[in-house]
Amino acid sequence: MLQHFQPYDGQSDEYPTGAIVSFSGLVRDFNERPEVTALTLEHYPGMTEKVLHQLLLEAQTRWQLQDALVVHRVGRMLPGDIIVFVAVASSHRKDAFAACEYIMDMLKTRAPFWKKEETDNDSYWVDARESDAEAAAAWLKAHDGHRQ
Amino acid sequence: MIKVLFFARLREELGIDGLQWPWQAGMTLAELLSQLQGQGEPWASCLAQPNLLTAVNQAIVDSQELLADGDEVAFFPPVTGG
Repeated sequence: MLQHFQPYDGQSDEYPTGAIVSFSGLVRDFNERPEVTALTLEHYPGMTEKVLHQLLLEAQTRWQLQDALVVHRVGRMLPGDIIVFVAVASSHRKDAFAACEYIMDMLKTRAPFWKKEETDNDSYWVDARESDAEAAAAWLKAHDGHRQ
Repeated sequence: MIKVLFFARLREELGIDGLQWPWQAGMTLAELLSQLQGQGEPWASCLAQPNLLTAVNQAIVDSQELLADGDEVAFFPPVTGG
């Protein structure tokens, strides 16, 4: 999901971007249980894309961004594999850092993905974390969205 | 008809990823849920989980949402992506 807010047309001689911040989320070999051997991500096709697009638009209303990108894998993955990648381009690094964190915090609680972890002898659905819900709620409380 | 979808743990517990359910005029999401629960087990207990999320036409809504013929309704556990 890629959103160009100020598309570069190749003709302009303006370069507004001063910062690009990215986040990569990887499969760990430990989580709810100590020895995770694989992870399978299920999602809700259609709604997933709508929510991710909405998150990018929300980030743009809170901060000045030139581009924002989110890529999320589904299916079976192994420890060390990248699950999610978010990148944000802005004129200012603080906006880029904040927008990147906002997109990840909101994705964690609103995008319809579900993780199922495997160990050598078991598989189980990962439970949602209260700390993720709190992180998302904290953004909604911040009226102007800026952490000055 | 209403297109009903189930995801993740709920899909596994019910043993089905979706179904078609008759629509009635004035039907709310809460009423659809109650009718599905009325099918006995495992429906009654699986759909009574307190943290269940519901989406109508791919947007999260609350239980008072009024349903229209042809709507897509999804039930799922709290999300755990990223």
